Amino acid sequence: MTKPHSTTSPPSLETVIEDNNTLRLKIKGSLNAYTTAKVWENSLLALKTTKPSQLILDGSEIDYCDTTGIAFFTNLQIRQEQSGGTYKVEGLSDEINKLYKLFDPEELKQTGESDSTHTESKIETAGRLGVEAWEELQINIIFTGRVTVALFKAMLRPDKIRWRDVFITSEKFGANALFIIALVNFLVGLVIAFQSAVPMKQYGAQIFVADLLVIAYFKELGPLMTAFVVNGRSGSAFAAELGTMKVNEELDALDTMGLDPVPFLVVPKVIASVIMLPILTVFGNLFGLLGGLVVMFSLGFTFNTYLNQLTIAATYGMLLSGLFKTLFFAVIIAGVGCLAGMRAAKGPSAVGDAATKAVVVGIVLMILVDGIFGVVYYILGV
Amino acid sequence: MSETIINVKDFTAAYGENVIIDNITFDVYKGEKFVILGGSGCGKTTLLKHMIGLYRPANGSILIEGDDIAKAEGQERIEILKSIGVAYQSGALFGSMTVLENVMLPLEEYTDLNKDSIDLIARMKLNLVGLTGSEEKSPSELSGGMIKRAALARAMALDPDILFLDEPSAGLDPITSAELDQLIIQLSKSLGVTFVIVTHELNSIYNIADRVIMLDKDTKGIIASGDPKYLRDNSEIPIVQKFFKRQTDEQLDS
Repeated sequence: MTKPHSTTSPPSLETVIEDNNTLRLKIKGSLNAYTTAKVWENSLLALKTTKPSQLILDGSEIDYCDTTGIAFFTNLQIRQEQSGGTYKVEGLSDEINKLYKLFDPEELKQTGESDSTHTESKIETAGRLGVEAWEELQINIIFTGRVTVALFKAMLRPDKIRWRDVFITSEKFGANALFIIALVNFLVGLVIAFQSAVPMKQYGAQIFVADLLVIAYFKELGPLMTAFVVNGRSGSAFAAELGTMKVNEELDALDTMGLDPVPFLVVPKVIASVIMLPILTVFGNLFGLLGGLVVMFSLGFTFNTYLNQLTIAATYGMLLSGLFKTLFFAVIIAGVGCLAGMRAAKGPSAVGDAATKAVVVGIVLMILVDGIFGVVYYILGV
Repeated sequence: MSETIINVKDFTAAYGENVIIDNITFDVYKGEKFVILGGSGCGKTTLLKHMIGLYRPANGSILIEGDDIAKAEGQERIEILKSIGVAYQSGALFGSMTVLENVMLPLEEYTDLNKDSIDLIARMKLNLVGLTGSEEKSPSELSGGMIKRAALARAMALDPDILFLDEPSAGLDPITSAELDQLIIQLSKSLGVTFVIVTHELNSIYNIADRVIMLDKDTKGIIASGDPKYLRDNSEIPIVQKFFKRQTDEQLDS
């Protein structure tokens, strides 16, 4: 059997309508995936228009036929038999016939009908979503508990902590993020100072831009902006790392070695985050205020005036209350990222989904926690 | 069976300075089932990946039906690739598509057949590998053997002249593995497809191989070639004997 390439010339079709309502399809040439389309369509068209009681397929002049050609014959056979007519093939060479015999049209016919899918009612949907939300909550509570226990155990036995992983994560999470943290906070500081300077000018209160900036930065903007950037950088990275391990069965391997993935993989990341995020926030605050300095310079204030105004407005309480929050943000970033990774499903999009989930859930939780802190600090008068 | 379909000449494969295969030459004939053998790490998969054009050889040429796959660019390269089909070791099915869609993909991309025709052809290919009933499943729902068979169905979608299979029976149970061997023999007989198979499953080799070449890690070349049963019974090269008789040095000495 010679195998023509995709460049072979297309086969030709000759339709003959014989007496007593018989349609004869005479096919000449080579039938393969590249050449069959036209003949196939025309044959179906002829079949549709003539609706013969008998269909004869004349294959005596086919020089080559692969499974595409066989699919074509099978398709004609199924159509003809469905419309209640008879079907006959003539003149196929032994080789093609052997190939044809490999397939059972009956089997192919049945596969066309997929099993009926069950559609759920609105009540069922509500129920399912409720159960899913409840299960999700349970998983999160259990995971939080596991991480807390693992952290306490680690504190009791610091020599058991994988310090090498802690340092590697600290470098990736903290040191490598410094530039982007500095840049983002500098720009945000600059924009906030500039935007507030315009209305403040109307009251001749431009010097209080410094007060506004330092209070906003120490209490909210510094911790939040820094945590968001780090969440986007490292929360997604944790999810991707653990997600890939899950997909590669590495987490299962740990499990069967009797090692709990939480102390082994999650705890070093949580420790590194808790150490690095406050430090990054300090830098974030500094660069935010430097952004404000640029605006103040442009408004004609000196460095000393700006610094003086900052020290009057800011208190250690503000700075520390902001930094205290970052400890919680750090646990959220590392915990949510790792949990999303560990719960990654199978398949190629699983790791991407896990990373997306880590970032989204991380941001929502951090804002929630920030709101709670806002209320608590207000009541405590911090 | 004397017409050459693949011609590998003075072929050297290297990753940077690290030479994996050093200067080998062999032919694959049309319609035969050709098996590449060798111990782990001897470069079998590397050779296969060069033959399907994923890597470029450090030296030498690989001609597929007369065209050099390493030098071809653009449309010419696509024409060569259309004449071959590859079933990867892991199956490499696209997880975001159903099994049927995986098989339909090459047909949709390269032919002007209509959707119904493509659907039927894809179902037939799956029927051929015994996967009727699993068309709408996602690859993650399939067992190891089913994944290998689905990958084979996808590789055959365009009825290529040459099928490359990387370890088709690795990790399969003996029954599934034997079924796959039967399928390869049947396809070779009825479709006239040339098979190039990388494997080290001895049973499969005896069942399917018309001819084998054996690569060696130390010499980085072909250490033996020919009919596997003949090699088993007549080769005097110790490594070849050990391989075919599944023996260690001690067993061979005693």
